[in-house]
Amino acid sequence: METLWNNYRYLVLRRVTQLTLLVLYFGGNAWGWSILRGNLSSSLFLDVVPMSDPYAALQMLAAGAVLATDLLIGVAVVTIFYMLIGGRAFCSWVCPVNMITDAANFLREKLGINRVQGLKQPASRKIRYWVLVLGLIISAVMGVTAFEFISPISMVHRGIVFGLGFGWAAMLVIFLFDLFVLKDGWCGHICPLGGFYSLIGRFSLIKVHHDEAKCTLCMKCKVVCPEHQVLHMVGKQSAPVLSGECTNCARCIEVCDDDALEFSIRKLVNYKTGVRDENNQ
Amino acid sequence: MSENTQRKEPLTDRRKFILNMARGIGLATLGGFIWSAYVDEVTASTLLLRPPGALDEADFLSTCIKCGLCVEACPFDTLFLAKPGDNKPVGTPYFTPREVPCYMCTDIPCVPVCPTGALDEQSLMTEGKFDINKAEMGVAVIDAHSCIAFWGIQCDACYRACPILGTAITIEYSKNERTGKHAFMKPVVHADVCTGCGMCELACVTEKASIFVLPKEVAMGRAGDHYIKGWDKEDDKRVRDAEAKTTKTELSKKPAIDSLNEGLEDLY
Repeated sequence: METLWNNYRYLVLRRVTQLTLLVLYFGGNAWGWSILRGNLSSSLFLDVVPMSDPYAALQMLAAGAVLATDLLIGVAVVTIFYMLIGGRAFCSWVCPVNMITDAANFLREKLGINRVQGLKQPASRKIRYWVLVLGLIISAVMGVTAFEFISPISMVHRGIVFGLGFGWAAMLVIFLFDLFVLKDGWCGHICPLGGFYSLIGRFSLIKVHHDEAKCTLCMKCKVVCPEHQVLHMVGKQSAPVLSGECTNCARCIEVCDDDALEFSIRKLVNYKTGVRDENNQ
Repeated sequence: MSENTQRKEPLTDRRKFILNMARGIGLATLGGFIWSAYVDEVTASTLLLRPPGALDEADFLSTCIKCGLCVEACPFDTLFLAKPGDNKPVGTPYFTPREVPCYMCTDIPCVPVCPTGALDEQSLMTEGKFDINKAEMGVAVIDAHSCIAFWGIQCDACYRACPILGTAITIEYSKNERTGKHAFMKPVVHADVCTGCGMCELACVTEKASIFVLPKEVAMGRAGDHYIKGWDKEDDKRVRDAEAKTTKTELSKKPAIDSLNEGLEDLY
């Protein structure tokens, strides 16, 4: 039981966080709860603190909208929050699509699709940055918030809080795409919001830290990681995972039997040397 | 021989980079056009009613962040966010008066919660106070063919339901020539006063509402700057802002006899 908890503690915490947030947002609409109102595009925390999606605000700016004060404060709150705790913590701890793509990934492994397709991925993980820029260009040309009209993230979350309609189709498309077409396809390759948070999270304080001395090169971490390219230092040198593409999902930490991976507060000064600082472990 | 060996040589980094960039740009163009076409289609719907204070549809679509705070603020559950499959710009708020109209709250709770200003408080202010009567959500339109008041049957359901009774909808009396002894009591909507709340549409007794709200942009025409009510001092001012545009037909330099007969050759 203890090993079970040890191997899944962060996964459980993440699911609890994701579901709690969904229930709070749902309650905000259905039962008038005042903890979280709105949805992930923009919301009010305790009827006071505004929170707004910074990528949506960028699209609005590109589309030629005048940005209101409430929106700018909300954008600042969200941006600073994720700058501190890791940009893509949004992806693995908040975003409801994460549960869909994790399910697809789980099934993919169980069905052995990974073995059929091999580990060589036919698509670049840089696509998301192209989509990010493309979204802004289309917003500017069409005068509407381009990604917000196709975003499965908003569609799913808004669907759960305000009524789904055909939103289930968006869920299914992502599920099938990740299951049969491309491993970690949506979250790891295409999603421009993930790309945006990758850029924000590059300098965040909370980072996974690798301790090379403890590593036995079992590579379980790389297998379980949805963004395995960020773990390039595993077995080679002790260093923090600095890439903004790391979602801080902590799967690598819990699958590591050797405690070679752990969350750490980022060393602001000497991380480049890769020298392990005992105080920060 | 030399050609074959050349072909098998690995690509230079430079060539690889250029080809990869070309691929990226090509795919981005392809995806961009599909994406744009989709966005253009889903934002084309014009037949929907927005909450009070909404900006013009084009500005609204660029400013609304689709958070649903207006929906949550509405005490009557009037507003909905468009779902995929509703054939409306997805995620944006709208209402359907025949189901639940806007009940014109005097404190307009749906507007101040808007974080982006897509619902504009200033457009609903009179002397620093909210005035819901300034809302322009749409305008009620009457189908005189199915409205039973126009048949001569007495019905003033819409008139009674109107929150600006006697101003936005008035009753016009005229003689019913068919019976010779009854009166028509026909409802008339005044588009300059009507807010488009839709309470009339909900109240209408016919099977499908004979008075219904349409967006002003859809239901109303525009006279333009060339037509001025000369007897109205206010309207007379419009002349000054009129965009002077004169159309001039060049005089033909041909003799009249040629001009008149021109083009007739083909008829014979």
